[in-house]
Amino acid sequence: MEKISLTGQLIQYIFTGITVGSIYAMVALGFNIIYNVTEIINFAQGEFVMLGGLIMVFFSAFLKLPLPLAFLLTVAVVTGVGALMERFTINPLKNATVLTMIIVTIAVSILLKGIAMFVWGKDPYIIPPFSGSEPIVILGAAIQTQTLWVLLMTAVVVVLLSLFFKKTRYGKAMLACADDPDAARLVGIKVNTMVLISFALSAAIGAVAGAIITPISLMEYDRGALLGLKGFGASVLGGLGSFYGAVVAGILLGIIESLCAGLISSGYKDAVALLLLLLVLYVRPSGLFGNVEAGKIKEF
Amino acid sequence: MKSSAKLVQMILLLITALVLMSSCAEKREPYKVGAVFSVTGRASFLGEPEKKTAEMIAKEINDKGGIGGHPLELVLYDDESDETKCVLAVKRLIKKDKVPVIIGPSLSGNTLAVVKVCNDNEVPLISCASSIKIVAPVEDRKWIFKAAPSDSHSVERIFEYLLTKNTRKIAIMSVSTGYGASGREQLLRLAPEMGMEILADERYGPKDTDLTAQLTRIRGTGAQAIVNWSVGPTQVLAVKNWRDLAMTSIPFFQSHGFASRKNIELAGGAAEGVLCPLGRVNIPDLVPADHPQKMVIMDYNKAYQARFKEPLSAFGGHAWDAMKLAAEALGVVGPKPATIRDYLEKRQDFVGQGGIFNFSPTDHNGLTKEAFEMVVVKDGDWALAP
Repeated sequence: MEKISLTGQLIQYIFTGITVGSIYAMVALGFNIIYNVTEIINFAQGEFVMLGGLIMVFFSAFLKLPLPLAFLLTVAVVTGVGALMERFTINPLKNATVLTMIIVTIAVSILLKGIAMFVWGKDPYIIPPFSGSEPIVILGAAIQTQTLWVLLMTAVVVVLLSLFFKKTRYGKAMLACADDPDAARLVGIKVNTMVLISFALSAAIGAVAGAIITPISLMEYDRGALLGLKGFGASVLGGLGSFYGAVVAGILLGIIESLCAGLISSGYKDAVALLLLLLVLYVRPSGLFGNVEAGKIKEF
Repeated sequence: MKSSAKLVQMILLLITALVLMSSCAEKREPYKVGAVFSVTGRASFLGEPEKKTAEMIAKEINDKGGIGGHPLELVLYDDESDETKCVLAVKRLIKKDKVPVIIGPSLSGNTLAVVKVCNDNEVPLISCASSIKIVAPVEDRKWIFKAAPSDSHSVERIFEYLLTKNTRKIAIMSVSTGYGASGREQLLRLAPEMGMEILADERYGPKDTDLTAQLTRIRGTGAQAIVNWSVGPTQVLAVKNWRDLAMTSIPFFQSHGFASRKNIELAGGAAEGVLCPLGRVNIPDLVPADHPQKMVIMDYNKAYQARFKEPLSAFGGHAWDAMKLAAEALGVVGPKPATIRDYLEKRQDFVGQGGIFNFSPTDHNGLTKEAFEMVVVKDGDWALAP
């Protein structure tokens, strides 16, 4: 086989980075939505991705349902899990501190992981790519077709979310909760319902991420924690709560990791990503897109 | 009439004699074999088939009347894949159960944790784990033996195969766990000795979701072959990415950890053409009929599948070897730890599941790279590598 040119290599690294980064971005979006409404960091966010992947495997590979149907069912089921999680663990905690609720989310993540281990066992699972497995070759770099699906779905999620927040009543109500829950309650917004929606929405985004990444990376019961951690990194890097910050930071983190693995050393890739995160936080404690002055006013 | 009465008499006599003999045999004290396996916990995929195999052999031996009339008593503990519990189990076997020989543990880490206990108490241990450190340096491992082949045997086998194909420039990839690190160490150590040149040395985490960056880097170096050392999802991921990147013209080698059909299934069609060294016990049908291991492997495969209705793994084979060695030693020298140790150390040409063992005072593993056969994935199954 011919050696691949440096340009080809760079294209490869960047595509790989964008793919993985898109997943980080979606996890980060999930963190942000819940954070904005409740100030909770939901540590079960990574488990939503894991569940999305494994339930997708169940519907499409085990029950052999058509892909679009399997995908919609997966998102629906995981959304349900997110809603149930809020109703049974977050909602009953009246007047609990944010820290308590964060610890509860850790408990839920352990629980979900344990359930997944019981249901699916410890083996990894895979589903075939959504459309064909022949890679597209550009300048010697091979792009998997599933990568294009990941990019497309990420774009769809971002567009739908911004439409939701800008155009719909519920979206605007959630923005209001984010700005000031007390004032929102005063004008008649049910903050309780908004919290429920935020969990359901985050779970749905996690499910999308899990379902589209499984053909590329496989999925097993304990994948969630690391994805959650990377997504949290992206969300902090972009400025906790910032909508576009999460997307940009997620993809940036993915590209940096990939370039580091390719050009410097694969052993240091996680370290470099975290180092960068620390540096950014040192220079700009509010994250790349966080607003220092308006730190209190959270914006999607 | 007279002669038939005599016949009846004789038969009756024979039956009485047999009954007497067998009741005698039952009164003989049982020979104990201690066993510690990781039946549950993270390494249950090792311990589970090992336990089943050991119990199956114990039953076989007892059904045939035991060891020289002594019933075999298998005292088996589960260490739950935990080092501390493993040490406790071994201490219990030695102090309370007073076993003369121990088989297991399943994991290298657990075995290394009990090496000192067995040495201090002078009880021989036949480990089913693979690290070379279990039996080296042999001066400090007087009472320790090992039934599983070492990483170095697997590496030697791959390098030897590459040399026959005149391939000297290779790239290696490994996962950052104990298994990957140990394999990488052997790859780096043996490469210069065998005249291989390592152009890239890539590492990745056990939970990484994408290895295309590492593979692209390898592609940029002009390596003629890739050797990947990992277990779990990443070894499937590596194969998938290798195919996705259209790198199939660079042969891809996996470690012996790839030895499960499950991995071929998981990779979909992507594993086609992947090469790896396998113990013959995994591929009973491919072993040539005149190979000395053919018989034992076929017998074990048949017995195991008939009894447990599941495909056999190489790990169960390690327990087979350890158990048979222990039972044989008990039969020849009786339940005395010191003489069992001396017997094991002198055992030559033991035809087992993992290979043909030749133990010596300097080699408590007794296996060579010949324990492995190079195979290639062809039409979704293993085939001998051309």
